[in-house]
Amino acid sequence: MFDLKGYGWMLWEGLSITLMVGFCSLLLAMVMGLIGAWGKLSRNKAANLTATTYTTVIRGVPELLLLLIIFYGTPTLIQNTAEQMGFEVRLDFNPFIAGILTLGFIYGAFATEVFRGAFLAIPKGQGEAARAMGMSRMLAFRRILMPQMWRFALPGLGNVWMVLIKATALVSVIGLEELMRKSYIAMGAIKLPFTLFFAAAMMYLAITAVSMLGQRYVERWANRGIRRA
Amino acid sequence: MDWQIIVDSIPALLEGMGLTVQLTLISLVAGFFLAIPLGVMRLSSNPIFSAPVLGYVFFFRGTPLLVQIFLIYYGSGQFRPFLQEVGLWEFFREAYFCALLTLILNTAAYTTEIFRGGIQAVPHGEVEAARACGMSGFTLYRRIILPKALRLALPAYSNEVVFLFQSTSLVSIITLMDLTGVARVIVARTFDVYEIYITAGLMYLVVTYGILWVFRTVEFKLSGHLRDRAVDPAEALKLHP
Repeated sequence: MFDLKGYGWMLWEGLSITLMVGFCSLLLAMVMGLIGAWGKLSRNKAANLTATTYTTVIRGVPELLLLLIIFYGTPTLIQNTAEQMGFEVRLDFNPFIAGILTLGFIYGAFATEVFRGAFLAIPKGQGEAARAMGMSRMLAFRRILMPQMWRFALPGLGNVWMVLIKATALVSVIGLEELMRKSYIAMGAIKLPFTLFFAAAMMYLAITAVSMLGQRYVERWANRGIRRA
Repeated sequence: MDWQIIVDSIPALLEGMGLTVQLTLISLVAGFFLAIPLGVMRLSSNPIFSAPVLGYVFFFRGTPLLVQIFLIYYGSGQFRPFLQEVGLWEFFREAYFCALLTLILNTAAYTTEIFRGGIQAVPHGEVEAARACGMSGFTLYRRIILPKALRLALPAYSNEVVFLFQSTSLVSIITLMDLTGVARVIVARTFDVYEIYITAGLMYLVVTYGILWVFRTVEFKLSGHLRDRAVDPAEALKLHP
């Protein structure tokens, strides 16, 4: 369908990097989200404030700008701080790691809200019953709340994944050779910008379509044994 | 922290914010008026109307905005002879036009889906009542369905406005001088990375929460008839001694 003049393999390579960045960022976002949700729901004032600041700031600033701040700002900040203390440090971020860290950090804020909502959706009696059975708060969390929380979190996490995988395109700006960057490089060689970017768009669309099917399947699996009205 | 550079760059950053706001407003208005007929078409039982809208919405919601921008900005070059012939090349040569066109098409797709949800959420009884009064077709939509649907869609729509406002930052990648673009140029010149970027980030933050505040106020005003009337206990006692 697409004549990419032998540059198709570049797009496939880019696609695999896009998927890799996406998966790793999602994992990081889920870890950040669980920590954030714990902070938002905890009675500890400091944890509460930190988590609220985290979600408020991240959701109020564009991803692209956050990416630039983290990719260019963090090394400079560390270097300047080190310089003031009398050290000479040269720091360069690997774009792959920086991309994962940034995307994970940003979408961790969205995952925080998802997990918070999921924990609140569990009937209160469940946790109380566990406590009454003599489980400690930690044990009740691990055995009772955590397994039930996933079912409520899955639709939200699916949405986070679909937004996240599209946001990986931004990482091309800091030079990571994922799908967008590879298409851009190939454009310099074969002068078929529309064909190339349309092929890239179809690949993203395929990821979205597969994710939608996967989400439906996983949700059905997670809701097995739940009676529906 | 170098405070002087922050103070010096604020006028330029504000100018960038001007372009950001301009792009957001134009795309919002155009996207809104495109999305209403598209949302109605999307729900049509005739696939000739609903299928193209379905494909359009799926494409623009399923691909990254950056791909869409590149597709129009760089991709139009592939059709240059044709575009020159029909006299449209003048437009597609301009990054501003391409950015605006992409943002409009993108937000219209998301808004279509939001309006579809709103239209579907209109209680069926209201539609039946309107039909019983003899309304149908255009009148029914104009008087009953759309006003209710838009009100129901407002919370989701406010999110879309915020997302659109933030995604305009991508136009800096195709050389436009919006807030992010200006910040990037200043950083490239001065190397004061975090001072400038954090100042720009704070500007985005303020406007984002400003937008959310406006929508919350509007929602509150529009839902007056649904709230319990606030009753001052002392007043109530006076009325019913």
